[in-house]
Amino acid sequence: MKLLAFGTRNTKEILRDPLSIVFSLGFSLILLLLLTAIQANIPVSLFEIQELTPGITIFGLSFMTLFSATLISKDRETALLQRLYTTPLTASDFIFGYAVPIIPIAIAQSAACYLAAVFLGLPFSIHILYAVIMILPISILYIALGLLCGSVLNAKQVSDICGALLINVSAWLSGTWFDLDLVGGIIKRIAYALPFVHAVELERSILNGNFRECFPHLLWVLGYAAVTTIFAVRSFLWQMKKQ
Amino acid sequence: MKAIQTEHLTKQYKDLTAVDDLNLTVEQGELFSLLGVNGAGKTTTIKMLSCLLAPSSGNAVLNGYSIITDTVAVKRTIGVSPQETAVAPNLTVKENLELMCGVHGFSKEKQKEKAAELAHQFQLNSILKKKAGKLSGGWQRRLSIAMALISEPKILFLDEPTLGLDVLARSDLWDVIRSLKGKITIILTTHYMEEAEVLSDHIGIMKDGKLLIVGTADELKEKAGTNKFEDAFVALVKGAE
Repeated sequence: MKLLAFGTRNTKEILRDPLSIVFSLGFSLILLLLLTAIQANIPVSLFEIQELTPGITIFGLSFMTLFSATLISKDRETALLQRLYTTPLTASDFIFGYAVPIIPIAIAQSAACYLAAVFLGLPFSIHILYAVIMILPISILYIALGLLCGSVLNAKQVSDICGALLINVSAWLSGTWFDLDLVGGIIKRIAYALPFVHAVELERSILNGNFRECFPHLLWVLGYAAVTTIFAVRSFLWQMKKQ
Repeated sequence: MKAIQTEHLTKQYKDLTAVDDLNLTVEQGELFSLLGVNGAGKTTTIKMLSCLLAPSSGNAVLNGYSIITDTVAVKRTIGVSPQETAVAPNLTVKENLELMCGVHGFSKEKQKEKAAELAHQFQLNSILKKKAGKLSGGWQRRLSIAMALISEPKILFLDEPTLGLDVLARSDLWDVIRSLKGKITIILTTHYMEEAEVLSDHIGIMKDGKLLIVGTADELKEKAGTNKFEDAFVALVKGAE
């Protein structure tokens, strides 16, 4: 009950910010439309709809990091969180209360991307459903990144670091906008040492029915999600104590 | 049973003692004001008493519960209205009240009942559907205090509740605070001498983390040998230098 009340409040705070909807859903759909239109005129294999949609969907998840980090950092800067710390809410209520409401938003955003892709020519199959379900572990990684950033950064830093740096890094090193094999070298090695390209490859392999190929990528994503979650929880507890 | 009893309560940072060996007793149902210049240790004291900060040494017992060993029980008996306005800006007034009901684990029925009761008591009915972030400072403070009372606390901490408010809004809030007097124990921190004098049963003056003196407004004026409470405060604080 306590967790539900706090989680409901967080959902309302996110969804009542119109910029959240514009950026998370609108921006992803516009990119999908735009790149599909380019692909129709200048064919590039990377922008074929079954390759592009997973990349755009994962790109949309980076906004979940921004939402959770912004909400937490803003709460930390106001006295509301201080007030809530004096209530019977426990540390786990706070952590789950911030994280759980973003999961359905991430799933809904991903489902909307795949649905739009179907209208743009993505063949409809059960694999789309599997790909949407697989968003669940991937979204945990992005939400944990938000919890981590929100716990250690102030609202301005969140805007700069999550809003600009993280979204760009996760986009450029995801293999969505350019073929990492063409770039090669250190950029490719860095990209494959980070989880973002693995998240995209995971979605691509599920969508294309190559289930065997998905496991190494899934392990990378789960590994990063676990480590990030541990750091995020520790950082949140640290700032909670500091408060 | 005393409402609050602190025993050598101390908060030490690296090279600063924010609260120094505080021994304080507050009776049930009284309004006790903590006064002091900036950095005197008032807010740190309130943060320790409301379990937001762990003391470096000493203890405080609130209605029989220790802030060190019974934090969960302490949190169930207190309400806190922090120095800054602590409301969720994108939630309506009603949703803010319901949020506080929810985090205290109230059932749906009790949530509705308490939200309606507090809305009536604090005259919030006309603005129930307004977003809290759009309210004036005075109404936000009023809502903030209502939220602190949702859990039916036995002890209410009001940390500078009228800071930055205009004269009328301050007068309105004084009426609200007066209406609570005697029903629950209230700990008030303020920079406004008149506020402390008008509202308090007892007043404690802090300086550099230490409690200099405790008494009624009249006792403090008598001690300082002045007729004006503000002069008494200045004399007592300067006299301690």
